[in-house]
Amino acid sequence: MALRVEVVTPEKRIFSGEASMVRARTLEGELGILPGHISLLGVLVDGEVVVKETNGQSTTFQIHGGFLSVNKDRVSILGEASD
Amino acid sequence: MGAQLRIYRRRIRSVKATKKITKAMELISASRIVKAQQRVNASTPYANELTRAVTAVASFASVDHPLTSFEPNPKRAAVLLITADRGMAGAYSSSAIKEGDQLIAALRQRGLDAKVYIVGRKGLSYYKFRDRAIAKSWTGISDNPTYASAREIGQELIKAFIADSATDPDGVAELHVVYTEFRSMVTQEAMAKRMLPLEVVESSGPAGLLPMYEFEPSPDSVLDALLPKYIEARIYNALLQSAASEHAARRRAMKSATDNADELIKSFTRKANAARQAEITQEISEIVGGADALASAMAGSE
Repeated sequence: MALRVEVVTPEKRIFSGEASMVRARTLEGELGILPGHISLLGVLVDGEVVVKETNGQSTTFQIHGGFLSVNKDRVSILGEASD
Repeated sequence: MGAQLRIYRRRIRSVKATKKITKAMELISASRIVKAQQRVNASTPYANELTRAVTAVASFASVDHPLTSFEPNPKRAAVLLITADRGMAGAYSSSAIKEGDQLIAALRQRGLDAKVYIVGRKGLSYYKFRDRAIAKSWTGISDNPTYASAREIGQELIKAFIADSATDPDGVAELHVVYTEFRSMVTQEAMAKRMLPLEVVESSGPAGLLPMYEFEPSPDSVLDALLPKYIEARIYNALLQSAASEHAARRRAMKSATDNADELIKSFTRKANAARQAEITQEISEIVGGADALASAMAGSE
């Protein structure tokens, strides 16, 4: 089982794919999401979002202000800007 | 060359020059529509995700947030009017302005004053010329809107919305946007939509069965952060659609201008040919007449 991950900003979709784990930092602290996570909506603080893809490769995104939403192994990260 | 013929030739030359310009503008707009459409499409995933999230939070039981609640006795409403910076786009700006006027009239019937925010030089000059009050305006962004400008507009509007309209002269109770929806290359329609207070649509059917969410840190603070983003994304989408519509309207206007120039050139060429022919005929008859007169004069002297 894997997570379907989307990283989007208003201007474009940055990443879309399968991942085994997603790590992000919310207002309450660092958060790791594995398959089977409960539905969640969180506010992200500026910082790194790490997506560990199913092929073992991990990708890091710098996100400035945004959200994280998890629903049935579907993870969406909405950043206002990223680089 | 006769005077008549010279005038026709001059007009043909001038129409040809105009045609070249309109043709070029048509081609430029055509290429920009494609780009604008791509940007609308690129912003769709974000808007979809955001809408999904807002629906999830808003339908989550009893969230009472200033951005979703109605004021008991509203006094004022904000209207964001999106027009073009440049003309040469047919009825694009004027139909958006007309739609805005209708909305303002409808608001006035409900006893609400309209506070008008304008995007685009065309709308601005229309309001300035008529000496109407403008709350704030932004120009130079309608061609190629960025998210940063949408955010700036959104923050301004949210600030006005949060202030209570009954007590604060700057406050508004509702937020409407007038923009031009891009349906296709040939259909664009000016329309007015209410953005705030949010209408949380209760979706029906099994797809609408939303899961229980866990919120981090809390439902309130998630909503606090989410709603302004939602408004900004809506404004951004309206700006992008309007930009695409503007280019489409300009392309169409320039296409008909080019076609008209073709027509004109054709009719002037016909007239110029007729004038030239008339000149030749006249010259021949003058020569023949002259020769005739000479011949008869010679015959008389013999």
